[in-house]
Amino acid sequence: MQLDDLYRRVIMDHYKNPRNRGTLEEDAVTVNLNNPTCGDRIQLQLQVEDGVVKQAKFTGEGCSISMSSASMMTEAVKDRTLAEALAMAEKFSAFIKGEDVEFDENEDIEALSGVSKFPARIKCATLAWNALRKGVEQQS
Amino acid sequence: MNIEAIREQFPILHQDINGHRLVYLDSAASSQKPRSVIDAVTRYYELDNANVHRGVHTLGSRATDAYEGAREKVRAFINAASAQEIIFTRGTTTALNIVASSYAREVCGEGDEIVLTPMEHHSNLIPWQQVAKATGATLKYIPLQPDGSIRIEDAEATITDRTKIVSVVYVSNVLGVVNPVKEIAAIAHKHGAKMVVDGAQSTPHKRVDVRDLDCDFYAFSGHKMCAPTGIGALYGKKELLERMEPVEFGGEMIDHVDLYESTWKELPYKFEGGTPIIAGAVGLGAAIDFLQEIGMDEIERHEHALTAYAYKRMSEIDGLTIYGPAHDRAGLITFNLDDVHPHDVATVLDTRGIAIRAGHHCAQPLMRWLNVSATARASFYIYNTEEDVERLVDALGHAKEFFGYAIG
Repeated sequence: MQLDDLYRRVIMDHYKNPRNRGTLEEDAVTVNLNNPTCGDRIQLQLQVEDGVVKQAKFTGEGCSISMSSASMMTEAVKDRTLAEALAMAEKFSAFIKGEDVEFDENEDIEALSGVSKFPARIKCATLAWNALRKGVEQQS
Repeated sequence: MNIEAIREQFPILHQDINGHRLVYLDSAASSQKPRSVIDAVTRYYELDNANVHRGVHTLGSRATDAYEGAREKVRAFINAASAQEIIFTRGTTTALNIVASSYAREVCGEGDEIVLTPMEHHSNLIPWQQVAKATGATLKYIPLQPDGSIRIEDAEATITDRTKIVSVVYVSNVLGVVNPVKEIAAIAHKHGAKMVVDGAQSTPHKRVDVRDLDCDFYAFSGHKMCAPTGIGALYGKKELLERMEPVEFGGEMIDHVDLYESTWKELPYKFEGGTPIIAGAVGLGAAIDFLQEIGMDEIERHEHALTAYAYKRMSEIDGLTIYGPAHDRAGLITFNLDDVHPHDVATVLDTRGIAIRAGHHCAQPLMRWLNVSATARASFYIYNTEEDVERLVDALGHAKEFFGYAIG
């Protein structure tokens, strides 16, 4: 196992300079999610108009993998329909377990492929995506 | 004490993890097992296995002797007055739940108090929350000092005549604090309250004498003290256990069964419904033999010296924060590295063959008190050496460098 397989430059960039970190107005769909086994937590907010995610923002605390994954996710879902966002979340969970799926909707996310070699860290990467799934379910 | 000879007895330690010799620094979560314990469990299954307390046949007698022999070893190990006061359980959690579900629900009512500390493991917190909800009792907390320790005067101020139960961890799994449970027990008794001690982190590492502590209940797990998982014990004073109702009902725990009414066996069997954890108890007995051969005082001395060494070496790392008191701490060091999340620290260490714990350590309220979401923790046992500490320190330097570089 090589550290560089896991902590790629793109991941560290998202960790250090998270995109869409912050909160939205009150009418946004809001999801709070914890990872009870490790203490990571995220608040995800989605601004949805006509079934399309116009904006996604997050706050939270966690490791580099969970926070960079959240940052990437908020970029990837922008301007996607709720159905597309949900499909992306499904695809991500297969991708992160190392199944043979390409994540071509967003090239940064491909950098998380190394997580599958670190089974203990998969749950870190999926936290934000589980929040997304909940948010979409709340909205629909 | 010859550490190399001790290390030789732990087969699991002699392997490479990710290309490096394994350095196991997670014994506070679960300890490794010596050959003698592994062999005792195997031998039990190969030669003596049968159900206990019922067979007329020879194997049934041997299994019963092995199981009850282990109970006697536990009694002697913690210096209980009678083997009837030792109830085998799945571990500390189950043991504490028996006290909460049976004793506490009986004695607590509206306006009564249960006194805890903010450093409790979830297993010594949530059972009492449930009791409070069910009975109308109130939870109260002895406040912590800035270094995480407890002052006797704060215990005195918190415990009142309305207090029915005081339940405190002997050694904190996060702070390494050793609590004055004997003194707290005396305060509890002055007010007519009962004292429960969570011994999960103390029993493996120091001499425990339940009669000297004068606690009313004492709970611990085998797997943190070289025994298999799935076995632990609850000690309770006989007169209290006798008054208590069982929490599990079924085979093995009954005296006379009628279609509508039944009566229970004498202690300790009324609390051991179903076929017990026989092989686990045999393993626990072997673990006690193993630890006593080294000597509990010797074990405590070794860990104390090693922890002091680790504290000094880790304090030298820039940007590393250690939680808990500087002195008189048990064999663990909980810490954080600036700007590197504990999970990331743990992953970097793992790639170098070093196993530590990262997370909230089943102590979420304490994490909030420390104002962190998670921490890393290195914990030591009889098989750890200064060389292990050096490997840890070296790898922490690497983690800092790697993340410093990666984050830029």
